[in-house]
Formats: sequence, C-alpha cells, structure tokens
Amino acid sequence: MSPALLILLALALATIGWIVARGRAYSFARVAPARRLAALPVYHAWFVALAIVLPAIVFIIVWGIISPGLIAQAVASSPAAAGLPAEGLLRSTMLAEARNVAMGTAPGVFNPEAERLVAPFREAIDRFNLIGAGITLVIAFLCGAAAFLRLRPDFRARTQVERMVMAILLLASLVAILTTLGIFVSLVFETIRFFGMVNPVDFLFGTNWGPDPMSSTEAVDGSRYGALPLFWGTIYIGAIIAMVVAIPLGLMSAIYLTQYADPRVRRWLKPMLEILAGVPTVVYGYFAALTVAPAIRDAAVAIGISNASSESALAAGLVMGVMIIPFVSSMADDSIAAVPRTMRDGSLALGATKNETIRRVLVPAALPGIVAGVMLAVSRAIGETMIVVMAAGAAANLSANPLEAMTTVTFQIVAMLTGEGSFDHPATLSAFALGFVLFLVTLALNFIALRVVKRFREAYE
Amino acid sequence: MSDPMTDVGPTRTPAYAVRLRRRYAAERRFRLAGLGAVVFSMAVLVFLLVTMTINGVGGFQRTTLLVPVDFAAANLTAPPADASLGIAIRSLEDQRLPQVIAANVSARFGADAAEQVSPDAWRVAAEHIIEDPGLLDRRVTLDLPVSQNLAAAFAGDGHADLKPLADRLAANGALTDRLDWGFLARSDATDPQLAGIWGALKGSILTMLVTLALAFPVGVLAALYLEEYAPRGRWTDIIEVSINNLAAVPSIIFGLLGLAVFLGLFPSLRSAPIIGGMTLALMTMPVIVISGRNAIKAVPPSIRDGALAIGASPIQVVFHHVLPLALPGILTGTIIGMARALGETAPLLMIGMRAFVATPPGGLTDPATVLPVQIYLWSDEIDRGFVERTSAAIIVLLAFLLLMNGIAIYLRNRFEKTW
Repeated sequence: MSPALLILLALALATIGWIVARGRAYSFARVAPARRLAALPVYHAWFVALAIVLPAIVFIIVWGIISPGLIAQAVASSPAAAGLPAEGLLRSTMLAEARNVAMGTAPGVFNPEAERLVAPFREAIDRFNLIGAGITLVIAFLCGAAAFLRLRPDFRARTQVERMVMAILLLASLVAILTTLGIFVSLVFETIRFFGMVNPVDFLFGTNWGPDPMSSTEAVDGSRYGALPLFWGTIYIGAIIAMVVAIPLGLMSAIYLTQYADPRVRRWLKPMLEILAGVPTVVYGYFAALTVAPAIRDAAVAIGISNASSESALAAGLVMGVMIIPFVSSMADDSIAAVPRTMRDGSLALGATKNETIRRVLVPAALPGIVAGVMLAVSRAIGETMIVVMAAGAAANLSANPLEAMTTVTFQIVAMLTGEGSFDHPATLSAFALGFVLFLVTLALNFIALRVVKRFREAYE
Repeated sequence: MSDPMTDVGPTRTPAYAVRLRRRYAAERRFRLAGLGAVVFSMAVLVFLLVTMTINGVGGFQRTTLLVPVDFAAANLTAPPADASLGIAIRSLEDQRLPQVIAANVSARFGADAAEQVSPDAWRVAAEHIIEDPGLLDRRVTLDLPVSQNLAAAFAGDGHADLKPLADRLAANGALTDRLDWGFLARSDATDPQLAGIWGALKGSILTMLVTLALAFPVGVLAALYLEEYAPRGRWTDIIEVSINNLAAVPSIIFGLLGLAVFLGLFPSLRSAPIIGGMTLALMTMPVIVISGRNAIKAVPPSIRDGALAIGASPIQVVFHHVLPLALPGILTGTIIGMARALGETAPLLMIGMRAFVATPPGGLTDPATVLPVQIYLWSDEIDRGFVERTSAAIIVLLAFLLLMNGIAIYLRNRFEKTW
C-alpha cells in the first residue's frame, strides 16, 4: 500500500473517531443535562481525531523512508539473490530493475538474470506493505482508544486541542529552518567530500576549468577544477552586462512611473512591467538563444568581427537585464515613495525643476533603498540558470569580450549534474561546491541588502 | 532707503533666460528618458510575445494528407468492443493495417508519397476504426500526418528533393496544413509532426498538485503562527530570517537540496512528480508565508479584540475570524507563488525531470516531465518543426501564467477591503 493510501486510511479512521467521540460527548450531555460539559462536543471529536491522525502520519512518513531499505535487505538475504555480484553497479542496477518490474513501473527487465529477483521483490513488497498497514492500524487504534478513554464531562478537550494546534503551527514554521538547515548540511557535506579530492585553493583561484566526468577517481587532477573563469563569467553576465541594462532602465521607469506618469496610465503600465518578471526564465532563455544571440552575431559580423560566437555573454546578459528591470524598478519605486513629501515640496518651492528635484533630492535620499534593490537584483541575476544554460555557452573563458561564449556557475551545476558521472566523482561533487559558493554569495548579498533597507527605513520615522 | 529685494538686480537678465531654457530642456530630456525606459521595456515584452506567437502559430498546425482508404477491400476484422485501447491497436497492427494504409497511399499518390506518410499514420486510422468499427465496410477519406521532411518541403524550407512531390500533392488539394488539436492531446515524440504537450502538461498539473498540497497548509500555518502567536525572541527571529532568506535563495539551490535529500531518501522516484512537487513546495512555501503574513497583518485588531471580548480563545479568534478575512489575500499570494513554481525549470532538471517521456504519467510516482522542461528539451532540437512546437508550447505556458495572474489580480480587486 502506498503512503498516499495509508494516509487516506488514517484520515478515514480519524473521521470515524471524530464521529464516535462527538456521539460520546453528546451522550454525556443527555445523561446529566444539568451539568455543563467542560468543552463543546465538537472539541471532544477533534481531540480524538487529532490523536488518531497525528501519530499515524508521523509513522507513515518514517515508514515511507525506511521501508524501501527493509525491502531491499529482505530481497538481498533471499536465496534468489545468492547469485548476484557482491558489490558494484551491476548489482544495484539489477536490483533496481527487478524492483521496478515488481512495482509495475517497468514492463520487463533488461538483464535476464534480474528476472529471478522479481518474485522475491513482489513478495517482500507485499509483506512489508501489509506490515506497514498493520502497524498504522494498531497505532491509530491504540492512540484513538487512549484518547477516547480520556473523554469525560469535565474533560477540557478544547484546551488539549488548542495545545495540539499550537504544536502544529510551530512545526509548520520550523519547516523553514529545516529547509535552510537541509540546504546547508547537504551542500557542506558534499563540498567537504569534494575538497577532500581537490584543494580548495586550486578550486577558488585556479584559472583552468575542464572537469572530465569519465576520468578515474583515483588520481584527481586538481588543476582541472579552477573555478575562477566560472566566477568571472557569472559576474560579467549577471552583475555587469545585466546591470548595465537593468539599472538605468529600471530606475528611469520607476522615476517616470512615480513622478511623471498620469495615475491612470501608471495603473496600467506598472502591472505590464511586472509581467516581465513573471515570464518563465526558460522562455527568456529560448528567446535569447533563438532571437537575440543570432541577431548579435549577425550584427557583429556586419561590423567586421569575424569570429563572433552564436552563444555570447552579451545575449545572455542583455536578456537577463530585461528580466531584472521590474525588480530594480519596484524597489526604486518603493524607496522613492518612502522619501517624505516635504523634502520634495521644499525643493520644488525653492524653484528647482522636477528633474533637479529628482536628481538632487529624491534619488540621494532614496539611495540606500535603490542600492539594496540593485543588490537583490544582482543576487537574482547570478543565481539565474536557464537563460545562461540556453544562451551563454559552455566554454570557460576569462575574457572581457562580451561577444565570446562564457560559462557561469549555474550553467556548470546543471552540466555536471545532468551528465553520466557517478556521485563519487569529483566532477559531480564540484557542482555542490559551486552551489555552496553561490548560496553563500547570494545569502550575503540579500543579508546586506535587507540590513541597508532596515537602517534606511528608520531614518525617516 | 531702497527695498532690499530690489538690490539683487534685475532677475530676467539674458543669461538667466538662457539658463532657464537650458533647465527646461533638461527637464524635457529627463522626462523623455523616463518614458523611453518604460516604452523600451514594453517593446521588448511585446517583441517577445509577437515572436513567440508568429513562430508558435505553425506549432498548432500540422501537415496532413487526405487519403481515400478502401477498408472494404482490405478484409480487416474489428477488434472486440471490450478490448483496451492498446490491445485493439495491437490487433489491428497484427492484421497488417500499416501495410494496408501504405498500399492505399501508394495506389492513390504513388510509391514516393507512401514513403513520406508518417510511420505512425496508421495509428490515426486505427483510432478511427476503434471509434467506429463500421468504417471497415466502407471507403473513407482519412487525414493522415506526413513525415517531417515532407512537411518541411511543403512549408518551403529544406528538402528541395521533396519539393516536387509536395507541390504535386498540394496541387490536387490533398496536402494541407490543418489546425492540430492533437498537439494538446499527445505526448513527446521524436518526430515534431507527432509531438504534443499533454504528457508535459499532465506532469505539470500533478507536480503543482503536490506543491499546493504541501506548501499551502504549511505556509498558511507558519504565517499564522509567526503573525499571531509567536513570542518575540531569538527563535522567532531565526525563523523569520530563514524564511526571508529562503525566498531569495536561487532556485537551482533547491534543486541541489532535492537531489541530495529527497533522491537520497527515495532513489527509485527519480523524475517523479512527487519529488518535483516536494522540491518546488520548499521554494513556494516562503512566498506563501510572506504574503500570508501581510494579509493577516491587514486584518484590523478590533476584529480580534471583539472576538476575545466575548470569550473566544486565541485559537478560535484566529480560525473563526482572522483566517477567513485574510484568506483572499493569502490566496492571491499563493497563486503568485504557484505561478512562479509552474514556470520553474532549473530545480527540476537537477532531480532528473529531463528524460524523454513518451507516455503521460499515470500517477505521482511515474516518470514525468513538466511544461517548462519540455520547452527546454525541445529547444535543443534543431528541426524547424520543433522550433514551431517549442513556441507553441511557450504560448500554452504563458497562457496558463496569464490566467493565474489574472485570477490573482481579480481576487485582489474583488476582495480588497478597507477597514
């Protein structure tokens, strides 16, 4: 039985518990009508239902995680598995094939020797499903019975229910911490494994990037893992070319929309501008690769640059800049709107024109907010994946020529993890090290930006 | 004694007038620059949409050949009415339906045309027969897809050697471009004439269901806790900071997390919608929390005080009063978060949703792909037919996103309250 079915079973049991407990509470009221119940019958019902469903779901999640391992163990110790190779890739693929056939996700085995394992797998899956369902039933029944026996006219069911609800709320908010922790631990763990094979100094400051996923893992050539060209490509595309496009356009759009545009026009233009941020990045990537990059190459050839590449940093950067415009513009919009009106009116009253007021008073006053917005935009641009994957190219280049193909951190993460390499190979692990660097840099940018905004907000309150 | 105001001298000197004119010119330039920035951004958006539409219109069509088929002469027997689709098609294949179709095409248009009918064209005929077994006693005219090469020759790019054949077939009206609703109903294929997006669309729907089922309850409950009950302290600060950080972490990092944690726990579920949904849920949850907190914050304290005053407990206040009032705002944020998740590609590439999947996923644990990933995969194909199919898929994806954003805006306007 799949976890989804088990959860449905637990919910069905909880519904039964709910109805029974509610009936029980009403029977208290009938037996002694003079005495008031300490809680409404519906809280008695919820108390029993929650007591059934919460432990059951916890068990189902744990079972879903451990049962595949138990099944594999049971099959491995069965006589049919005696002929399997002891270790290695062949053994695990044969086991996986047999399991897929037994679960009905694959029509047949590729390797004829795996055929013998299908029956033990089927048998083990059935057995462990039965065990899982049985334990779920037992847990649900025991917890439900224990809860049911606590019901009395003077039982404060509402307090108990509310305590449980509070616990659920707290758990929900802890998911964010668990996710952050999960990201951190999984990245750090794999990064440490990577640095066990490749010297961190070679990785961070080496200038030659050319991992070979097919090379032997015994003698790792650290000089092939110099990530400096990747960092340069990321910065050049995300923080330089994209920002050259996004900062002026975003800032001027924000100024026009807040200071000059008619409110009716603004009501239409602002959401239209926000559509730019809502277009999926894969669409921008396709646009960059199909339309912008060939146009740039043709233009470069037309002005006499013969070796222009069809994949260029410029194409990826330009399109990324367009994608970033709404971020810069809405941050600038907010911080300009936060400048006290009196400052603007004061400047206008002294006879300054509107643009003098904007350039000399509003923008300087709003600068911390604008800078924070730009930092968030940079963090977004260097973490952006699909545009660079589709338009920037794979060649690691330490060059300032925007017409050359360049590769980025995110491109290499995708390239390293969608290849054929195994999880023990430094080429695969390098993706996690790159991810860790990316995570730390974006985190730092966001953190500084939020601090800047916070301090800036306090200045006018 | 003179008035101090007149001591400054005449204000309208020629130099002053020049300066003023210059300042006004600067003002006009600045204003135009602002307008130019907005217009440029809009122009790029319009250009992008127009390019995709022009390319994509062809993707909703396919080139088909009108073929008269004489089933009465072929002596086929209809598969039993209660057979499943797969068995019925297999039974017709065993009765040499592909050869019957090829023979009919070659009888009508010549052997060179029979070569250029798509190798899967007989499936179209098989589906017609299964729908109406009465066809087997008649002569019928079927609309069969042709090979990509002939379609390209008909469209006028590539395959010059097939151009005479395409012209000949087009001249007697048999070869035409037709609106192809099957594009929305078929799955991925190696031939653009046969490719469709239903598999990817279904994968997207399943993935979004998982994302919604996980991110919405967790996000709303976390927002309620943080906004209504959390004591101010170190723990709450840590939770708040991690939620804000998660909202700004690049999406590919979530892919790495999904790869390391979820696929580590469930290695057999590679590229399944449930893993994709779980990964995207972690990404969507912070968006829902942040917008949910704003919506909850907007509910005036007087509502809470009123409920507390007549004896409601804090939990009752929130679940009976605050949450229903904040729900439209929370839903708006949820739809926006889901729209972002729907367009997301990078984290799903990490967890293996990049394989060629020719059958739509039957459940949450089947291998699947999603619409943006399908677009990415097709974008690597150089075939002209796939360029059109990619743009058509992009149109479908953008239509979904516009629909979701439209609903969000409608909800915001419909339920926006000023207290």
